[in-house]
Amino acid sequence: MSTVDSTVEPAGEPTGRAMLEVDHVTLRFGGVAALDDVSFEIREGEILGLIGPNGAGKTTCFNVMTGVYKPTRGEVRFRGQPLTRMKRFQITRLGIARTFQNIRLFKTMTALDNVMVGGDTNSSVGLLNALFRTPRQRREEAETHRRAVELLDFVGIGRRAEELAANLSYGDQRRLEIARAMATNPKLLCLDEPAAGFNPAEKQRLMELIRKVRDQGFTVLLIEHDMRLVMGVTDRIVVLEFGRKIAEGPPAQIRDDPAVIAAYLGVDEDDAS
Amino acid sequence: MRRPGLPAIPMPDAMRGKPAKIVGLAVLVVFLYALPLLDLPILTTPDSDFAGVLYTMATYVLVALGLNIVIGYAGLLDLGYVGFYAIGAYVTAVLGVQHGHWPYLLTIPAAVAVTMLSGVILGAPTLRVRGDYLAIVTLGFGEIIRLSAKNSDWLGGARGIQNVPKPPSIHLFDVPHLKWENGTVLVDVTNKTQAFVFGFVDYVPYYWMALTVVFIVLIADVLIKSSRVGRAWEATREDEDVAEVMGVPTFRYKLLAFAMGAFVGGLSGAISAAGANFIYPDSYQITVSVIFVAAVVIGGQGNRWGVMLGAALVVYLPERFRGLEEYRILMFGIALMLLATFRPQGLLPPRVTRRAKALERDLEELETGDEAQEVRS
Ligand SMILES: Nc1ncnc2c1ncn2[C@@H]1O[C@H](COP(=O)(O)OP(=O)(O)OP(=O)(O)O)[C@@H](O)[C@H]1O
Ligand SMILES: [Mg+2]
Repeated sequence: MSTVDSTVEPAGEPTGRAMLEVDHVTLRFGGVAALDDVSFEIREGEILGLIGPNGAGKTTCFNVMTGVYKPTRGEVRFRGQPLTRMKRFQITRLGIARTFQNIRLFKTMTALDNVMVGGDTNSSVGLLNALFRTPRQRREEAETHRRAVELLDFVGIGRRAEELAANLSYGDQRRLEIARAMATNPKLLCLDEPAAGFNPAEKQRLMELIRKVRDQGFTVLLIEHDMRLVMGVTDRIVVLEFGRKIAEGPPAQIRDDPAVIAAYLGVDEDDAS
Repeated sequence: MRRPGLPAIPMPDAMRGKPAKIVGLAVLVVFLYALPLLDLPILTTPDSDFAGVLYTMATYVLVALGLNIVIGYAGLLDLGYVGFYAIGAYVTAVLGVQHGHWPYLLTIPAAVAVTMLSGVILGAPTLRVRGDYLAIVTLGFGEIIRLSAKNSDWLGGARGIQNVPKPPSIHLFDVPHLKWENGTVLVDVTNKTQAFVFGFVDYVPYYWMALTVVFIVLIADVLIKSSRVGRAWEATREDEDVAEVMGVPTFRYKLLAFAMGAFVGGLSGAISAAGANFIYPDSYQITVSVIFVAAVVIGGQGNRWGVMLGAALVVYLPERFRGLEEYRILMFGIALMLLATFRPQGLLPPRVTRRAKALERDLEELETGDEAQEVRS
């Protein structure tokens, strides 16, 4: 059945099994270690927060997980399967989807088509089916379309479906990023600062949306600068600083962690409050 | 009820006014088939055989449809498309007369298969790299094909191949042409086209054949573009890395676009060989590739109707103004420059470019309605 009805019952508490393991990953850009021996795991059904000051390596961590960069050392495993040798599109099809911190939509395509591109991962028909409009092709196309519309409604931009991505407002573009990633039917949804540039009310609404996403059975990895926000929505938090993991644990514990406070105080007092 | 200015769920344009659209299309199709018989004033080229010009136009339209898949849809700059065109023509000639006696119609599938294969062989190593590199490699490819043919006795060398086979003639009926005299239309009984006889004088049947192939390719183009294949091409063109992260195997789709483009290029080459009698390497110069790309860019890359119009014009205009002798090329150049200045997106830019403009206007008046929507969600 549909996974985006807002009335679907919660998928339950995190089961505690590891879905994705980042195992002693190091990534160097020339001399700089953007990630330095980082290890953590994401458990099935949880919302994991990934935080840290600017340049800590959060986005780089996403890039390693989704195959954009290959780690210099260590490996990432998804449900026990190493991702090192996989192509990017195969990783997506395995069940990891992401959004981009600096919005990267297909600008000349409509919002609906953007989401349908993501949805095509579930479709297997090729050229000949398209050429002869076989029943199977039409069925899959209709299903991709139906689900795309549903997802646009879910993130709250259903009315914008036929508009070009480039013409959407900034906030709607961020929402479209989420819908497009969800369309790939992921098990793990990685959101890179999805609320960047939002005002507090918008941020609050987005966090509710993220909770709703989790309740439908997605596991969520969330990068977010706003500490208060992360505390409110996540089950566990991993903190990076200068490419190293400096803390990991439930929000209450992270809040009082001296290393974390120091890291944030060193950067920006507001964020640590 | 709803305020009239507030659009509900936007309906695709194709759903509106459908019967009228179908009738309009049917009339257009009949008109296109009848065009060489009508001898319309002004439109008909005064200094060259109009049916012959139309035949060339149709093969160029075919080329533009194929090249549009590569350039317009997948965003791959191919500057050696003439290579595929040449391969198509040569396969037909080689199998039909030079080294075999295949009937013309059987050479077409062979021509298309060989061209497609060459497209895959060229694309597999080069499509992994991006942008300019591809343009240069394809440019080289076009020249290599021409020079290989020129230096190979097996392929007829510089003289080329004579007596390229023609499609089978079936004489069913005669169609008279029209004649315009002092503003009145007469049926010209002395000038009849034998349907369907593929001879050396009357190019009308060749035009009909080429036009029919254009329609078939056009339908295939519509069907493929509006499927997930078309979406994957568009996404790849827009942002290859993101497309890949969204689960699109971009390399495969680029190769597919390349192979499809080669398919159509080879097909148009084989179609053009039918009426040519003989083919020779130097008719497949780089300049021909440039004209092909010009047709696509002038028309509006990514819009199939635009590139077809562009292709028709790049053939038609120089022929129409043949009377101006050398000046016609100058005129053509000036026309190109004017176009580049005033319509940089091409004559008919893709739907989205136009839609973007229209939306910008709509957006402002919609803004009020949106705020209400936002509060609700
Ligand atoms: N492609 C690259 N080449 C070289 N250095 C890079 C590259 N990408 C990231 N870096 C460096 O790696 C470090 C981590 O960057 P990253 O973008 O992962 O930080 P971040 O935690 O996402 O920061 P922000 O909060 O600003 O988004 C930075 O020092 C950055 O300059
Ligand atoms: Mg970042």
